[in-house]
Amino acid sequence: MEHIITPKVEYVKLLNKYAEKKSALGTLYLTATHLIYVEQTNNARTETWVLHHHIVSVEKLPLTASGCPLLIRCKTFQLLHLLFQRERDCQDVYQSLLRLSQPVKEEELYAFLYNPHQNEEDRRQGWEFISVANDFSRMGLSNDYWEISHLNKNYEICSTYPSILGVPKNASVAVVTGSAKFRSRGRLPVLSYYHKDTKAAICRCSQPLSGLTSRCVEDEQMLQAISQANPNCPFIYVVDTRPKLNAMANRAAGKGYENEDNYSNIRFQFQGIENIHIMRNSLQKLLEVCSVKSPSMSDYLTGLENSGWLRHIKSVMDAGVFLAKAVCEERASVLVHCSDGWDRTAQVCSLACILLDPYYRTIKGLMVLIEKEWISFGHKFSHRCGHLDTDPKEVSPVFTQFLECVWQLSEQFPCVFEFNEHYLIEIHNQVYACQYGNFIGNCQKERLDMRLHEKTFSLWPHLLKNQHLYRNPLYRRSLESTVLRPSTLPLHFKFWCGMYNHYDRGMHPKQSVLDQLLSLTQKQEEGERTMTELQRQLAVADGVLPDPSGPINTPTEQDSPSEKTPTAPFVQSNGSCLPLVNGDAEEAGPGAEKCIDKEGAEPGATEHDLTSSEDKPVSVETEHSKEEVQESS
Amino acid sequence: MEFAELIKTPRVDGVDLHRPFMPTVEGTLCLTGHHLILSSRQDNTEELWLLHANIDSIEKRFVGSLGTIIVKCKDLRVIQLDIPGMEECLNIASSIEALSTLDSVSLMYPFFYRPLFEVIEDGWQLFVPEEAFKDLESMTDEWRLSEVNKDFSVCPSYPSLLTVPKDIDDESLCKAASFRHGGRFPVLSYYHKKNGMVMMRAAQPLTGTNGRRCKEDEKLINATLCAGKRGYIIDTRTIAVAQQAKARGGGFEQEANYPQWRRIHKAIERSNVLQDSLIKLVEACNDQSHSMDRWLSKLEASNWQSKVKEILTTACLAAQCIDREGASVLVHGTEGTDSTLQVTSLAQIILDPACRTIRGFEVLIEREWLQAGHPFQQRCAQSAYSNGKPRSEAPVFLLFLDCVWQILRQFPCSFQFNENLLIMFFEHAYASQFGTFLGNCVAERVKLQLSQKTVSLWSWVNRPQELERFLNPLYEPNNLVIWPSVAPQSLLLWEGVFLRWNRSTKCLDEACQEMVHIIEYNKELQNKVNSLRRQLAQLETEESPLQTP
Repeated sequence: MEHIITPKVEYVKLLNKYAEKKSALGTLYLTATHLIYVEQTNNARTETWVLHHHIVSVEKLPLTASGCPLLIRCKTFQLLHLLFQRERDCQDVYQSLLRLSQPVKEEELYAFLYNPHQNEEDRRQGWEFISVANDFSRMGLSNDYWEISHLNKNYEICSTYPSILGVPKNASVAVVTGSAKFRSRGRLPVLSYYHKDTKAAICRCSQPLSGLTSRCVEDEQMLQAISQANPNCPFIYVVDTRPKLNAMANRAAGKGYENEDNYSNIRFQFQGIENIHIMRNSLQKLLEVCSVKSPSMSDYLTGLENSGWLRHIKSVMDAGVFLAKAVCEERASVLVHCSDGWDRTAQVCSLACILLDPYYRTIKGLMVLIEKEWISFGHKFSHRCGHLDTDPKEVSPVFTQFLECVWQLSEQFPCVFEFNEHYLIEIHNQVYACQYGNFIGNCQKERLDMRLHEKTFSLWPHLLKNQHLYRNPLYRRSLESTVLRPSTLPLHFKFWCGMYNHYDRGMHPKQSVLDQLLSLTQKQEEGERTMTELQRQLAVADGVLPDPSGPINTPTEQDSPSEKTPTAPFVQSNGSCLPLVNGDAEEAGPGAEKCIDKEGAEPGATEHDLTSSEDKPVSVETEHSKEEVQESS
Repeated sequence: MEFAELIKTPRVDGVDLHRPFMPTVEGTLCLTGHHLILSSRQDNTEELWLLHANIDSIEKRFVGSLGTIIVKCKDLRVIQLDIPGMEECLNIASSIEALSTLDSVSLMYPFFYRPLFEVIEDGWQLFVPEEAFKDLESMTDEWRLSEVNKDFSVCPSYPSLLTVPKDIDDESLCKAASFRHGGRFPVLSYYHKKNGMVMMRAAQPLTGTNGRRCKEDEKLINATLCAGKRGYIIDTRTIAVAQQAKARGGGFEQEANYPQWRRIHKAIERSNVLQDSLIKLVEACNDQSHSMDRWLSKLEASNWQSKVKEILTTACLAAQCIDREGASVLVHGTEGTDSTLQVTSLAQIILDPACRTIRGFEVLIEREWLQAGHPFQQRCAQSAYSNGKPRSEAPVFLLFLDCVWQILRQFPCSFQFNENLLIMFFEHAYASQFGTFLGNCVAERVKLQLSQKTVSLWSWVNRPQELERFLNPLYEPNNLVIWPSVAPQSLLLWEGVFLRWNRSTKCLDEACQEMVHIIEYNKELQNKVNSLRRQLAQLETEESPLQTP
């Protein structure tokens, strides 16, 4: 709170990107966690909530005749253009936001303040809900070829790896530890995914410390062991996801890539995904294109091309497809690395998992996948997302690119994902929000040292509770067994307007097929319940069933008991509302950012928000039953 | 002429047909006067029936005695035929070339086609100007139906009946016609019921370099303005292009002579550059070898998406003037048969919910394109693969359909029809068994006696069996004006046409089926619930009248 110079500024304008829409005057509030802009026109009240952690930059623009403009850019790709009447106010808000948006210490992150009012047991269960160990058993580990190793339980072999590792059964302790010493940061080759049907495995590691001439017997034996763990193929692919030039440059620094002469039966392959710096600049350029006011078609397409963004997305997708093909068509195991094995390697391995295994295309499966390939394998979320005010050169949209690849797949395969676009965008927002502890820290050891499981809550139960929002109504379980073979022709990649222009509602389709279908599936569940209830009542009336409740209920009276039907997950989620408290703004509810239209609520009165947002589906339901009454009468 | 003269080899066995994303079919190739047919000897394999008129160009090449013909169609499909025997292959190729480039309209397939279905509703009677005028009369009495063009002498490209301001007599119309390119004087295109504003269309005024004026023309368009109100003239050309037109006798309305009108220039390109744009776009879509950068740069260079944006922007402007500004609008370009019609018809889709139904959309095409004299035959003679020297070909109508698709994509619940209807219109505009798109204007169609000698496309489309394919399951009538976004991010490449043959539609079809399934199941469920309710209510009244609430 000490950073807030002025908690409330009146007569502020929020400028619309489209000049024709006139902006009204509103009030700006700064709380410990959010910037809130409230606009009151006639009877409509619009609130815009922006989490301080989502703010990536604050910029004071030159003074204009109409006032003092402030440009706020967000990690969620929202752009706020505020106009203050007094320069003093602008300066105060600017100063406050600079400090608020760049926390210095971990303890300042939202997650350490946020309390969804769960008890310790709920918190513990929340953290245990997604378990990498369970996923290993789901894949069929341990088995004749692979086993779970606890050699890294104190993070001594590799400080950025998880405590449990999947390793070939015939790799001795000496081979494992020896191989770790020959790999950058000790990130030795370990199992990422085991494909039961073909017995082929995807393994991941960092680059070898081969330099120009070095070799390591244990590392060679390690790869041999991985190869032998697959009885169906005499060789393994070693995929270096970097461009060849980058890999060669690393050799001079004592790192590099595997020399095919030293390893028996490997097939070495470069994939040409660019490094984090190129990706960061590419996104920067893409966002510039997105934020241009009324660009011509030619400006836009040229800008899109020059940003290189879709080229990079395609390169990640190509590599993922290569892995999946090797595993399912050639039945070959694959070892993947880049430099440190926590960016490109994570992208490529997780994408291959989605292509190969339908489980990862479910709502819960994607959580498991992110937990496994990203969080536990030490993708440096804190650095890559710039949670704290640290080296800006460490920031890169690596995880965003992964989410986009999943989205591109969902465009090509509309029926194979259990979740919809909102789910990917919500995960993206949450990664940057730091409201939950999952994405804080750079590796498992760091998280343990921070005692995140005791001090913060896990995001996954929260997402699961709201899963009715994230369902894909077109999801067909019957299609789930298929391996996805996407087209990676350039013309099949699209610009993801829903992500990068998410807040430019005017650009989106004005009617959403997804929302329409979601409301239909909701109606369907209600209809099914009503039908069961009516059939029961008919049976009672016919005397087939004994009458349990005296007089026959009219159809309108049956809506409340039917909510208990277990087949309706969305009703259950309504039932377990968040406990309400008279909160400060930091308890502002599940969404890190909101835009709601309603009358007469104070921004501080988050109680209202919670009730209204949680109440909504219920009131819709009652409306439906009213309609039904009218229909039937 | 006998087609047989052109068919040197009517039949070849052992021909392989290759199509993208489909298994190779081996069978017998037959050439008839109007079709290329390939039928396999297996029972379950589908046959290929291709209208010669659909063939845009062919390429042939030989490996030993095996000849290959690559057939490129106007609907953008590319197929490959492997024909054993060099002589057969050459014969087939030259026959196809001859049969697909017949110049005489009366040799076209529609004159030979006999429908296998019973014509219940004659499509030639779908749009009756008198009926449409009755609707107009019920809303306003300021217009009349003029027969001044009944023998097509005043304006050869206009229909015989035209809606014009009531106070303007036929003599003035003739004078105004002589002042407009091709005699296309201003006529009513659309009446906006909500506020009584109108949209008119015309061709450019023939002001020439010395600034000719025509009192009757001024009077004619002023007659559509309410007292004290101003109107907008939307010239679809840039001011520079409009200036240049003066040198060739054309021009634009001078402010001094039309003080009540504000002129706005937009930049929809002339039809002759459009063909080039289509060729480049299709080439980019078919080249699968390039990198992301090359694809995006070729997409940009084709300029197709820019054109979509320009046209939609202009249509939105016209709609905005009418609905938001409450002003009447006159739209024209040069001839008033291309960009003008794109703008007036799209503006109606934005403004008028009736145009978003199947029937309404058909009427729109009939009224604003066919009757309004868009030269379909000239514009659609060749498509993206043609090697022939372009004459007046231009994908004006395809661009219009693309724009409709863009609006449909942004308002997926506001149209009674789906994308398939638009694709079907594209196909039939270029090659069809129906006579609807033959000829360049009403006068030509009358002369060809199309309504007696050919079947109308509408007779076929409007059969319930066919309509089903074109229905949008998400449709809910929406009486509002629908404003599409014209931001580049909102305008996508129309995959349904341009990537149609370059992608597998299996997954998309599944999604479609699933959607229909959800919607159908919901309807069923509601019906069941309602019938159960009725049963229950009945039981209650019969058995326990006391307990009825």
